[in-house]
Amino acid sequence: MEKDYICIACPIGCRLKLTADGGKLVVSGNKCKRGEVYAIEEYSEPKRVVTATCSIGMDKAVSGFKLERMPVKTTKPILKDQIDSLLKDIYALKLKPPVKRGDVLLKDYNGTGIDVVATRSAG
Amino acid sequence: MKEYLFDCAVIGGGAAGMAAALEVEKAGFKTAIIEREECLGGILLQCIHNGFGLHEFKEELTGPEYAERFADKIDESEVKVFLDSTVMEMDEPADYPGQHELYCYSSVYGVFVIRARTVILAMGCRERNRGNIGIPGTRPSGIMTAGLAQRLVNIDGYVPGKDIVIIGSGDIGLIMARRMTWAGCRVHAVIEIQPYPSGITRNIVQCLEDFEIPLYLSHVVSEIRGKDRIESILVTPNKDGYPDEENSFELKCDTLLLSVGLVPENELSRKAGIDLNPQINGPYVDSHLMTNKDGVFACGNVLHVHDLVDYVSAESRSAGSNAVKFLQSALTGKQYSIKSGANVRYIVPQKFNFSDDNRFYLRSMIVKNEAVVEIKADGRTIKTIKHSHVQPSEMISIKLKRADLEKISDLPDPRLEISII
Repeated sequence: MEKDYICIACPIGCRLKLTADGGKLVVSGNKCKRGEVYAIEEYSEPKRVVTATCSIGMDKAVSGFKLERMPVKTTKPILKDQIDSLLKDIYALKLKPPVKRGDVLLKDYNGTGIDVVATRSAG
Repeated sequence: MKEYLFDCAVIGGGAAGMAAALEVEKAGFKTAIIEREECLGGILLQCIHNGFGLHEFKEELTGPEYAERFADKIDESEVKVFLDSTVMEMDEPADYPGQHELYCYSSVYGVFVIRARTVILAMGCRERNRGNIGIPGTRPSGIMTAGLAQRLVNIDGYVPGKDIVIIGSGDIGLIMARRMTWAGCRVHAVIEIQPYPSGITRNIVQCLEDFEIPLYLSHVVSEIRGKDRIESILVTPNKDGYPDEENSFELKCDTLLLSVGLVPENELSRKAGIDLNPQINGPYVDSHLMTNKDGVFACGNVLHVHDLVDYVSAESRSAGSNAVKFLQSALTGKQYSIKSGANVRYIVPQKFNFSDDNRFYLRSMIVKNEAVVEIKADGRTIKTIKHSHVQPSEMISIKLKRADLEKISDLPDPRLEISII
């Protein structure tokens, strides 16, 4: 098995090659240790921080500005194959002001220990 | 007309304006921000993705979080914020020498005048549009800049279409490719005229490859088709600098997003007689970030387009502290010129002085690993700085200490030259 990646740990963008050598993963093409860590994680369990928005109907009268969507983020990178179902749950949220930046909107998502929090205050 | 008096008036309440205003207020001067939107924060509020603040806060924040940390500090300060207010004109009134007048209108305050001894320009930039790149074809709806689509989706709650094509592989275009996909749209392609992507690698991986969105390098959109709503585009490869029309192909779409560059927003500055540098489309500034008008400073994207908000905040604090020195009549130091040397597209500011540490921002014209930034004056090397990697889309920030300049203190009229080799 052989797989190619471009390292995203820094702007250099090393071209990495990952090979499975008898059950052992070997990374080449990296200029530093971070490249090795990146390629192995990208192969075995790729994760991403998810940022999206959910509904909040807030009139200008409430706090001086109109806001239809509340920006949110996961507190840690989440497994890539969980992203679609997470997005569905985020889009189903309907918030009402007041919301404070950092408020937990979805706690311990699917037992991952990762929360979805508000990234803006409203109301 | 109602009149307000301040020591410093800051035009724009985004990342640049907030950092600059806090710096001036901290020194005890009466400071105002004039912001045309309903709240502080500027473009950061619609940049809901993360990656902001690694230099400034040593952690990775989203745009709204970064903005709110500054807005909270403004709330706690004495800075007077005029929201919903637009500056129409800037003037130097004959009957108030040494002062600047800003004519403003507002749905809250009506029409009013602000008079101040110093002004900090922090209006940011705007996106280049279809007209700027001249795409032939019909003029249907469904064509907009990536930033407008970003605002619609992330703040106003509208999704502008279902089948999207993006022109330009700058970071805003890439970020929007992922955002539209996560909003339930299909992004069919990103079209880039250059042979290399103009956004950072990290975004190519996370925003395109993750979703198997094709990136067509060295390709242009040669025609827009559709009557009322856009129906498709014609994509033509560029071969040796010429369109290879035989290999053109059609892509169906109902929405076309443009991410084709940003231009500093200097309508107001130009009318006020501020000299603009055509290389950066922002004002000429000296080593104190002061324009050709005494007491008028510029910082952030109105001066030159930045790729990191952290650099905007740092630059704006420096504009703010120089405005403070101006108000204290302590802004001194003769100004000397700087020239862009080999492989340097531009340098901001275009002047330096011997009495402070000097900070420069520059952009490379080349992509290179193991590059060296070399600072010379009249053939004498003052400093060399190694960079493991340089590329045009990543701004370089360098500092020249007062001690570094001692090597050339004997020269009568030194001229710095900065090169990338």
